[in-house]
Amino acid sequence: MSAIDLVMAEHIRQLAAQGKRVDARGDFDFRPISIAAGIIDNAEGSAEVDMGGTQVLAGVKVDLGEPMSDTPDRGNLSVSAELLPMASPDYEAGPPSPTAIELARVVDRGIRAAECIDLESLFIEEGKVWSVWIDLYVLNYSGNLIDAAGLAAMAALNTCRVPKYEDGKAVREDRSKRLKIDNIVTSTTFGKINGRAFLDTSAEEEAAVDGRLTIQTDGELIRAMQKGLSGGFSVQEVSDLVDRSFEAHTNLKEYITKASK
Amino acid sequence: MGGSSLNKPELIIHGKRTDGREFGELRKFRIKAGIVKNADGSAYLEWGNNRIIAAVYGPREAMPKHSSDPAKAVIKCRYAMAPFSSLSEHGRSGPNRRATEISKVIKEVFENVVLTQEFPGSEIAIFIEILQGDGGTRAAGITAASVALAAAGIPMKDLPFAVSAGRIKDKMVLDLNMIEDNYSDSDMPLAVSPRNNEILLLQMDGGLTKDDLMKGINMVVESGKKITEAQRHALKEMYADSGENGV
Repeated sequence: MSAIDLVMAEHIRQLAAQGKRVDARGDFDFRPISIAAGIIDNAEGSAEVDMGGTQVLAGVKVDLGEPMSDTPDRGNLSVSAELLPMASPDYEAGPPSPTAIELARVVDRGIRAAECIDLESLFIEEGKVWSVWIDLYVLNYSGNLIDAAGLAAMAALNTCRVPKYEDGKAVREDRSKRLKIDNIVTSTTFGKINGRAFLDTSAEEEAAVDGRLTIQTDGELIRAMQKGLSGGFSVQEVSDLVDRSFEAHTNLKEYITKASK
Repeated sequence: MGGSSLNKPELIIHGKRTDGREFGELRKFRIKAGIVKNADGSAYLEWGNNRIIAAVYGPREAMPKHSSDPAKAVIKCRYAMAPFSSLSEHGRSGPNRRATEISKVIKEVFENVVLTQEFPGSEIAIFIEILQGDGGTRAAGITAASVALAAAGIPMKDLPFAVSAGRIKDKMVLDLNMIEDNYSDSDMPLAVSPRNNEILLLQMDGGLTKDDLMKGINMVVESGKKITEAQRHALKEMYADSGENGV
């Protein structure tokens, strides 16, 4: 981290103590969000999210595959994340870092736990199912990767189509059938700076974040949570942030449904 | 979570769990400190049918050099399950994606409590090997690693413990075993710093209401007294065993 980053981080910490943010946002405001869905025609589903400068492209491919041995009646879901070397001067090419693996697995857990995809609808015949591959491409890092990636994944799934199955093959020219989406999960991540939690931290803020807490909900239930970094959260803080996450759900859900129209 | 809906077993029969426990009851556990002679500190933990070794090396010079931090010690953590540790097929040896994520979140737990600023440029390496897994291995691994760090004489603000809570139908239960973990409606491992009950690790999936969540967290916090006592006892025993010089 450069000296300027460190000075900025200290400034952000001092602001936090006064209940302020460096970009004058409210504690629980998202930065501007935009979603462009269906932008990669060759993929079965796609969406690019811009969340305050963080850009994540989610691409979905649907392939013929074999079911897992413990779930012979269901299709498969797999989520991967790539922190592309172009996305930040701190990212390097190479095998997925623990940060990338955590990102993919947290997004995966939300979608899976909320049963967003009807995996049983992806069963074709004994030993043959559809496998849904979600790849999260981080094009530009500007903080809060988890919420941006979660939104991109959900929006991409919501546009996703399933190829026609004919003579044991996937016919990608005919993708008239939509992937059956049963639920929509949204993600909110709070960064704790100097004892105060803020939603949707920017890159500058993340240099000052001690602890983070991600809460994913479908509006009815909490579906997945992940605490990250070294800072801790009190039981009361967790309780308060769960309320904030439910509050944010309706708005985030609207972004997803609007994008896929 | 994650098990097939086919052949889902009944997990609660006549108000008791499959292994006869109450909803808020921990499995039986035993901790022994100082069992890996070469390590600076170590601990062996039996937690139900889990068999876990945690070992700590350091503070020592951080290697490779570029991984070091001139302001503080870096903590490195490897959590891995032995290929023979589960009842199912032979696993691949070494950390997979799941283990990589778990290693990261465990490392973050100890970054909270270890006084890393005392050892700039050095590393503290934590190794957690799951020899036999029976649900709740990351939680048990944290409880064991706390003891191993203390046994290594690493200065810490606190001795964290960890245990999971989960939901089976409409009941919140403590410390899920493997079968409960596989077929529960939600699972939530938690690590807690007992001095102020701050949550240092929290992962959850499935479905919980906020009431379920708070009930689960409180069950875990409550269970900590017993775990903390056992951790401290293991450390005292280690010194008692090692003679009056403490060597």
